[in-house]
Amino acid sequence: MAVRGVCLVVGFASLLAGAIPAVAQEVNLYTTREPGLIKPLLDAFTRSSGIKVNTVLVDKGLAERVAAEGERSPADVLMTVDVGNLMELVDKGLAQPVASPALDAAIPAHLRAADGRWYALSLRARVAYVDAGLGDVQALTYEELADPKWKGKICIRSGQHPYNTALIGAYLARHGEEKTEAWLRGLKANLARRAGGGDREVARDIKADLCDLGLANSYYVGLMRGGKGGAEQKSWADAIKVVLPTFAGGGTHVNVSGAVVARNAPNKDAAVKLLEFLVTEEAQAIYAQSNYEYPVRAGAKADPIIAALGPLNPDTTPLPEIAKNRKLASMLVDKVGFDN
Amino acid sequence: MSSVALEAGSAWDARAAAPRRPARGLGHAVFLSAAILVAVALIAPVASLAVSALQGSAGLWPHLVAYVLPQALRDTVLLLLGVGLLVLVVGVGTAWLVAAHDFPGRRLVEWMLVLPLAVPTYIVAYAYLDLLHPVGPVQTGLRHLFGIASPRDLPFPEVRSLPVCALLIGFVLYPYVYLPVRAVFLLQGAEVLEAARTLGAGSARTFWRVALPLARPGIAVGASLALLEALNDIGASEFLGVRTLTVSIYATWVNRSDLPGAAQIALLLLVVVLALLAAEAWGRRQGRYVAGRRTPQRRPLSGSRAGLALLACAAPITVGFVAPAGYLLVEASKRVAFAGVSAGLARETLNTVLLSAGATVLTVGLGLVLASGARLYARRVPSLWLRAAGFGYALPGTILAVALLGPLAGFDRMLAAVTRDLFGVTLGLLAGGTAVALIYAYTVRFLAISIGAAEAGLAKLPASQDEASRVLGQGTLGTFRLIHVPFAWTAVASGALLVFVDCMKELPATLLLRPLNVETLATHLYGEAARGTYEDGAVAALIIVLIGLLPLTLLSRLGPR
Repeated sequence: MAVRGVCLVVGFASLLAGAIPAVAQEVNLYTTREPGLIKPLLDAFTRSSGIKVNTVLVDKGLAERVAAEGERSPADVLMTVDVGNLMELVDKGLAQPVASPALDAAIPAHLRAADGRWYALSLRARVAYVDAGLGDVQALTYEELADPKWKGKICIRSGQHPYNTALIGAYLARHGEEKTEAWLRGLKANLARRAGGGDREVARDIKADLCDLGLANSYYVGLMRGGKGGAEQKSWADAIKVVLPTFAGGGTHVNVSGAVVARNAPNKDAAVKLLEFLVTEEAQAIYAQSNYEYPVRAGAKADPIIAALGPLNPDTTPLPEIAKNRKLASMLVDKVGFDN
Repeated sequence: MSSVALEAGSAWDARAAAPRRPARGLGHAVFLSAAILVAVALIAPVASLAVSALQGSAGLWPHLVAYVLPQALRDTVLLLLGVGLLVLVVGVGTAWLVAAHDFPGRRLVEWMLVLPLAVPTYIVAYAYLDLLHPVGPVQTGLRHLFGIASPRDLPFPEVRSLPVCALLIGFVLYPYVYLPVRAVFLLQGAEVLEAARTLGAGSARTFWRVALPLARPGIAVGASLALLEALNDIGASEFLGVRTLTVSIYATWVNRSDLPGAAQIALLLLVVVLALLAAEAWGRRQGRYVAGRRTPQRRPLSGSRAGLALLACAAPITVGFVAPAGYLLVEASKRVAFAGVSAGLARETLNTVLLSAGATVLTVGLGLVLASGARLYARRVPSLWLRAAGFGYALPGTILAVALLGPLAGFDRMLAAVTRDLFGVTLGLLAGGTAVALIYAYTVRFLAISIGAAEAGLAKLPASQDEASRVLGQGTLGTFRLIHVPFAWTAVASGALLVFVDCMKELPATLLLRPLNVETLATHLYGEAARGTYEDGAVAALIIVLIGLLPLTLLSRLGPR
């Protein structure tokens, strides 16, 4: 009994260790990105800098948690995916400006805030997975996905998912509310099944002949084709080909993963060092190769599997504008009953 | 036991001379201060949610009424009806089969019927989508069998649908009904059931006219737990494309950065739930249930009837446990062969067990004190208050977790101010972002279960025994310690096992509130599932299920056999 008691106390003491303020040469990272995705990057950072990274994966509520922790929050860096989630951190005053020539040099100006309150670290395109047997589909526009010729042929995840609300936000920026609503209604009418599942489901459902095409993020193709998901997922990826759709007369919708330095970061220097590391050639290569994302650093190369999808011509709508449209996009999804 | 009850009964005759109120003293003070502390801790998140809600949310409700609520209400009601019907039929039906009948394999299924509780609903959804997908093993097998080439030509119901979601949730949550109802049949049934038989009632008539009415309290407690869990489910519902109110709370909050709006919907939902619980409690207010002396004689079944009974019990076990657990076993072994076991898994398992155990001790202790206190102070504490103490189970997990952020931060600020002023020390966060936050969250979330268990245990204790204890000079604490705790022990222990398993499975609050560098099995699993690599999480999921087996096995062995 006594031994068990000691074990419990020791166990709890180690669980409580999170309460101890960080010592020098550590940096605390709150992230909505999965540990499996970012661990190779963080390990490389620790190897090159000697700075230990403490992480916690948080899903919904990252901003609320940091806000509640207030000025004694241990968070140094907040990392998330989707431009809407990223801008929310800025809008809620949870980010602080950073001045770093290294970051400014590595990241193109449209992928970071002028005052250094947010930085994009990697890119992903919202692409079309198309049944490999459909030889005549070589190019697509997002607009034509609402065309009745695709009736009962399209698969997609929930319209409320950030990847889709960002795309709808970009559509809003380009076409305005009325046309976007009409487009969403057309797209909804073309769905082969209720919107749901994840992006890989699109490939699996195409393999299963449930649908002919669908929208999904570019890196899943790499994860499936690269064999990281096992033999089964490779067979899903073999059933599809990838088309990079564009807006009519524009480019392909691109979303970001990114990070901010937390307003009350206790280790601000280490936080900036971490961000600077994440856009070095070494880290950007990891983003490209182990995560199959497009690098943000000018001149850095995408993984061969991703490069083989064809040249990416990104839509030029400013990211903050897409983020600003998220709320309206989400309400339109409700309005047209996209997920019903 | 019954002899004590008799003596207590005769002591009660002297009530005119007995003190009407519990004796004052240390026990009274302990109970009162515990109650106040618990009340503050429980009210804090609701208050923080209310503060959020009051910040207003312009234009939300017209939008919701026009575009969201019709569908969300429909899906929610249908999901709850489906789940409710299923847990009732399966839970009560199997409990009746194993409690009142004997057939080959009865002892085995009696134990195994509890096991689906070990499988989190979100895992069941993933598992079945994989198993039943057109390219999954079941449909592929069927196509081979019938020589069908294209998946489109095999008529198979859509897995991502409301009926399938209700079916899956129902088949993992029916043990909430099975457990208490089986206990009722075993504990209270003997005399009445045998009387019914002596008077010539057949098995069916005995069930409908005698056993079922007897089981009402068990049914009510179990079904309300199952329905609340279904109502707040986000993992399975979202994954299977069901648009419940809970799903729309998340859309409002996450996509529109509208926490006030989400808090308003959540509070409205909470009010509705509490009203329903109050109605349910009122509906069975006259019920009096007394413990029987022995377990009933089981009616032996043979031949095809025995086969049917075994089949009826094996079916829910297969759907709710064997298939998903078998799936996890296969996926996990594939994963281990492909990539080995992740290094952190042992640590994650230890974290999971420690946190769950700590939370269970607190939750169960509080539940017993509250249920006992409500009984001792029955005149002044309306039983609805006890229901309200279990509200944490009636809120979506992440919303509850967000609501806890404010109180935790407030506590930290207060503590920091005090230590700074008194000792000149600046502290880090002691509550927010530590194990304290998690245990607090689990306790608020699962208190309903432990209160329910303690209440059910105490319900069978005649009120006369409390009075007897007082007449014999025991105060509040003495009655609690000498009468309530020993009597309710079995029920409380079964509540503890349920709470432990639920803590292990809990995901949203764990994800939001845990400290840096601390992973549990559930958060590990989430991390894998979130990037679409469910199979990577299979090992963690399997461990959750396996650890859950132990307490659940104990659970099925508690009480009468």
